[in-house]
Amino acid sequence: MTVGGEWYLTLAAALFTIGAVGVLVRRNVLVMFMCVELMLNAVNLTFVTFARMLDDIGGQSLVFFVLVVAAAEVVVGLGIIVAIFRRRAGATADDLHLLKG
Amino acid sequence: MLDNAFLIPLLPLVGFLVLVAVGRRAGEPAAGWIGASAVGASFLCTLVAFFELLGREHEARSVGDHLFTWIQVGGFRVDAGLLLDPLSITMALFVTGVGFLIHLYSIGYMHGDERFSKFFVYLNLFVFSMLMLILGDSLLLTFLGWEGVGACSYLLISFWFERESAASAGKKAFVVNRIGDFGFMIAMFLCFATFGTLQYAGIIEGAEGAPQTTLTAIALLLFVGACGKSAQLPLFVWLPDAMEGPTPVSALIHAATMVTAGVYLMARVAPVLALTPDVATTIAIVGALTAFFAATVACAQNDIKRVLAYSTISQLGYMFLAIGSGAYVAAIFHMVTHAFFKALLFLGAGSVIHGLHDEQDMKRMGALRKWMPVTSATFIIGWLAIAGVPPFAGFWSKDDILLNAYEKSPILWAVGLLTALLTAYYMARQVFLVFWGAERWRDAPAAANAELTEPEPIAVDHGAGSADTAVVGHAAHAGPDAHGGHGREPHESPWLMAGPLVVLAALSVVGGLINLPFGSWARLEHWLEPVFGESLHHVEATSGTKLTLAAVAVLAALAGIGFAYATFMKAHRLDAYEPAILKRAWGIDALYAAVIVTPGRALSSFAAYVVDAKIIDGVVNGLGTVVRGSGGVLRKVQTGYVRNYALGVAFGATLLLGWVMVRSGGV
Repeated sequence: MTVGGEWYLTLAAALFTIGAVGVLVRRNVLVMFMCVELMLNAVNLTFVTFARMLDDIGGQSLVFFVLVVAAAEVVVGLGIIVAIFRRRAGATADDLHLLKG
Repeated sequence: MLDNAFLIPLLPLVGFLVLVAVGRRAGEPAAGWIGASAVGASFLCTLVAFFELLGREHEARSVGDHLFTWIQVGGFRVDAGLLLDPLSITMALFVTGVGFLIHLYSIGYMHGDERFSKFFVYLNLFVFSMLMLILGDSLLLTFLGWEGVGACSYLLISFWFERESAASAGKKAFVVNRIGDFGFMIAMFLCFATFGTLQYAGIIEGAEGAPQTTLTAIALLLFVGACGKSAQLPLFVWLPDAMEGPTPVSALIHAATMVTAGVYLMARVAPVLALTPDVATTIAIVGALTAFFAATVACAQNDIKRVLAYSTISQLGYMFLAIGSGAYVAAIFHMVTHAFFKALLFLGAGSVIHGLHDEQDMKRMGALRKWMPVTSATFIIGWLAIAGVPPFAGFWSKDDILLNAYEKSPILWAVGLLTALLTAYYMARQVFLVFWGAERWRDAPAAANAELTEPEPIAVDHGAGSADTAVVGHAAHAGPDAHGGHGREPHESPWLMAGPLVVLAALSVVGGLINLPFGSWARLEHWLEPVFGESLHHVEATSGTKLTLAAVAVLAALAGIGFAYATFMKAHRLDAYEPAILKRAWGIDALYAAVIVTPGRALSSFAAYVVDAKIIDGVVNGLGTVVRGSGGVLRKVQTGYVRNYALGVAFGATLLLGWVMVRSGGV
């Protein structure tokens, strides 16, 4: 049995949905952060899949951009999270509503 | 010198700059000498230029002196250039000459003033501006000088600005003059639109072919400007109040020179006036009415300087009467003689005020002839000159004007004659009150007279007029103690002050010689002829008529003097013939206050407290309220919870996705 592109896309959609729901429902900032990464990689997966299905290198090359940007984002995001954990022990995202209008 | 004519205005400018730089350090009296020598040198330059011009052919006596291009924008080009012709040189001669004498006098008069050097700074700046006004070869350059003298006038009227009345008088002069300047400016715009140039030569050249309505408008608007500067009806109100300034200022600016600028301007554009007979008639009527009106008011004033102020307005009215009658030479003639005798009278009045320790009320003077021989002798000469007694200068010039007015219209002549009678009366009244009679100053200590002088309602919002002058003047002006501790007795002024009086008195006696009405003796007429050319009105009356008119004028003058003699010398009636309405100048100030000032104030407070406070501030505050209110509602969106934002993002992304799908027809 050959695994068609549809399978990969379905998997990517599933991963994206898990990530999105995770961001929306979880309170732990670290978990939310991982969910965001999940979403990013789900998108990467679709890129690669489409690149292969359409025989176009564009999708694959774009993945590298996403990876680089994600790496940079991880640095900043983890930096913020570490800073938060230093100030308060085990804070959830809801505890951090200082910017309430 | 004709090629270096720029020296004439430059010297006072240099004097001004030097005084600005080192005046305070130079102090008294060096600052005064610097100022006086700058003007004196300028006078000498003018004199040389005058003789060079005199040495030329009759027709070649007009020299344009291009200095530099001042403004060049598109088709608009203004060259700064000087115009030296008989008219401007005549003016420049007596401005610098009389100006020099008054500078000398001021060194004595301003003795002990704490702002001694600043006075000469202003005075030199004034002479520079006045010379630019006179010598400028275009309306714009004249306007530059026009505004310059206006500014100096303002600064000098309110020279003793510690005094509320002086500060207000300065403001009043400034504001009233703005009205006239407005007319001047519109006339300039019209000139540029019509002739494409602002130079006198171009305007006069183009006037022949210009449409009549435009010419009339230009002439009329220039006359409005002249009315403001020369204190004619209805814009005269600032001049009597201008007497708040130091007396040399009154003599120089508000009698001899600046106020004659309007007459000069009219003479400068004489060819335009010649083409607009309606405007000329208007000028004659306004002049005659002003002359009569001011003469009546002068009869009832008690302040020695105010009498002279109204007299100045009246004499300026004569000059406009002459301008309107086409007798430009007569106007200039009277301008020159008036500069001599009115400067003399003002300086004499200043000497009296000085000698009596800042007393200005004539009712508190008397018998000063014994105490101040030089002042009284020269003052009496000035009086005879202005009253029109032959052979003094004023007789000849006034007679010339009356003759021309007679040819224009016998009614104007009658008004002028009546004015001459009144002039003789009020001047005789002044002389008799000040120099003859009882020594009333003995029982009137200067410090206690605040309520006696009937002050006119000066300006708008202060009732205390010249009455304060005497009292406060002591503080600001050199107090009597500054003169060396003599008592309350009047004293003759020092020679630095008396000297100019003597020179001016001599000029007032012989001034008539420049233009005697006997053929070749009419030197001024011959001299000014090339300037006015065809626009000049030539008298056609027979010598019989001339003699009759002159005899009638002399009789009128003698009648006025005789009447004053009977009243003040024989009957000793101090308060005779002073109706209250004349004291208040026919209530014109009150009328302006009621008709213009009060509604103006109401309008301003409406603008300030309703338009500004309610409408403009309302719009601004309303905008702020709207922004703040909507912000208050919208801030609820900003919860601070990341999940809410994430939900928003997800929702928005879904929405966008849905929209894209619908658009692409995928569903």
